[in-house]
Amino acid sequence: MSSTYDLIIIGGGPAGMAAAIYGSRSRLNTLVLEAKRKTGGQPSTYHDMENYPGVPETTASELMDNFRKHAEKFNTEFKRGEVTNLEVNGFEKIVTTKKGEEYKTKSVVLAMGAEPRKLGIKGEEELKGKGVSYCATCDADIFEELDVVVIGNGNSAVEESIYLTKFVNKLTMIVIHDEGVMDAEKILQEKAMENDKIDFVWNSVVEEIKGDGMVEKAVAKNIKTGETHEIDCHGVFFFVGRVPNTDFLEGTVELTENGYVKANDEMETSAPGVYAVGDVRNKVVRQVITAAGDGANAAVMAQGYIEEEDYWQNNVLKSDNPVVVAFWSVTDQDSMDMISELEGMGLEDKDYRFVKIDTYKNRLISNRYDIEKIPTVIKLVDGEVEEKLVDPSVEELQEII
Amino acid sequence: MLELSKDNFEEEVLNSKGTVLVDFWSDSCDLCLDIMPDVEELSEKYGDKIKFAKLNIKGNRRLAISQKVLGLPSIVFYEDGEKTEHLTGEDLEVEDIEKAIKERI
Repeated sequence: MSSTYDLIIIGGGPAGMAAAIYGSRSRLNTLVLEAKRKTGGQPSTYHDMENYPGVPETTASELMDNFRKHAEKFNTEFKRGEVTNLEVNGFEKIVTTKKGEEYKTKSVVLAMGAEPRKLGIKGEEELKGKGVSYCATCDADIFEELDVVVIGNGNSAVEESIYLTKFVNKLTMIVIHDEGVMDAEKILQEKAMENDKIDFVWNSVVEEIKGDGMVEKAVAKNIKTGETHEIDCHGVFFFVGRVPNTDFLEGTVELTENGYVKANDEMETSAPGVYAVGDVRNKVVRQVITAAGDGANAAVMAQGYIEEEDYWQNNVLKSDNPVVVAFWSVTDQDSMDMISELEGMGLEDKDYRFVKIDTYKNRLISNRYDIEKIPTVIKLVDGEVEEKLVDPSVEELQEII
Repeated sequence: MLELSKDNFEEEVLNSKGTVLVDFWSDSCDLCLDIMPDVEELSEKYGDKIKFAKLNIKGNRRLAISQKVLGLPSIVFYEDGEKTEHLTGEDLEVEDIEKAIKERI
């Protein structure tokens, strides 16, 4: 059993759901596949959301619920499934889930985001869920009036620490940098510095987490002096960046050394009709608003791709008659002259189909046929190129017909 | 599912013969709220074989910590009052819970 879609979005975080809103509003038959039980991606596990434009008062998970409602309003379909394979056969792409469900689609948006990075230090795995946590909103209630340690100093680490101080007795942030230096935005740093419940340990990393069945101590090590000291605590929160989960894409789209998907300014990956958005894309700024922007971009590009490809398949590759394709652009006078020349030749009467491709708008087809210069004319018979003429004269045109 | 608190935990779980499943949850834990209906469903399916109970850690935090529950959601199995398995984590699936139940019936 398999179903066919125009657009399949892998991952239901802000980037994926923004693509879904744009895609389904443009009447693309759109499916979002989310591996987790709940959509919303990374923000759904966070609390504060202060910088999403136009929504001054909200929480991260509330905003994500609204993204979903917005997509459902335009009839986006949501399904649960962890994607383990993507096959690209030209226009047809096949997405397969861990449970073996297969979906066919014309375009794909990769929006899998990234997972919290684990440090792999001693005690981390054994004490996961027993004091070791990667999610403040999940576990905050438990640590009411207890002492916790936070590892990390980026935006997530600082924002979540401030949130946790509403619950905990004391919070110690372990920062790898020199005193006063953090990776988080200035406004967040200031809030953390002013917070009485937050202590800082500078120039330090956590080397080990100790405890019998539950967290009891974190061992901090000063990276300058090599000295270690133990901090009594019930919880250790890790906010040390994130890593993409893209192993299944190897060989299908180009990845960076760190596993992020390479995509250009238009979100296009190395595979036509496959786009990458949000945290899984190789980029610098990873925010909800930039993720949403990526999603909108990709959905619009996907729509154009599908239109071009549908047109090409139906009018050129499946044509019973030979096809003459003229590549032109409104900025090139020679190519416009060639178009009028061809239009005057009565191609339809001679059982030819005549197709014009604007190279500015339709880069996909122009690139596929290696059109480097306009005007260029190609003649296709049964979908195969039979002639290719660059900057042809009238005589040359007449000769191929 | 049986509602637990610090007042009846000892009687209903620690002094109980046979298998007891306890779902530790809280209102602010979205994942807990998401997985709860699935656990309810399991309780209807297997409720005649093992005892299903849930504990809101709000107001029962010390009790949760005494059971070494420091992460939500947590699904803990007790056999004749002894803690035998503790399932937890962001990626906890209802399939994992059902598998653990089947091992016990």
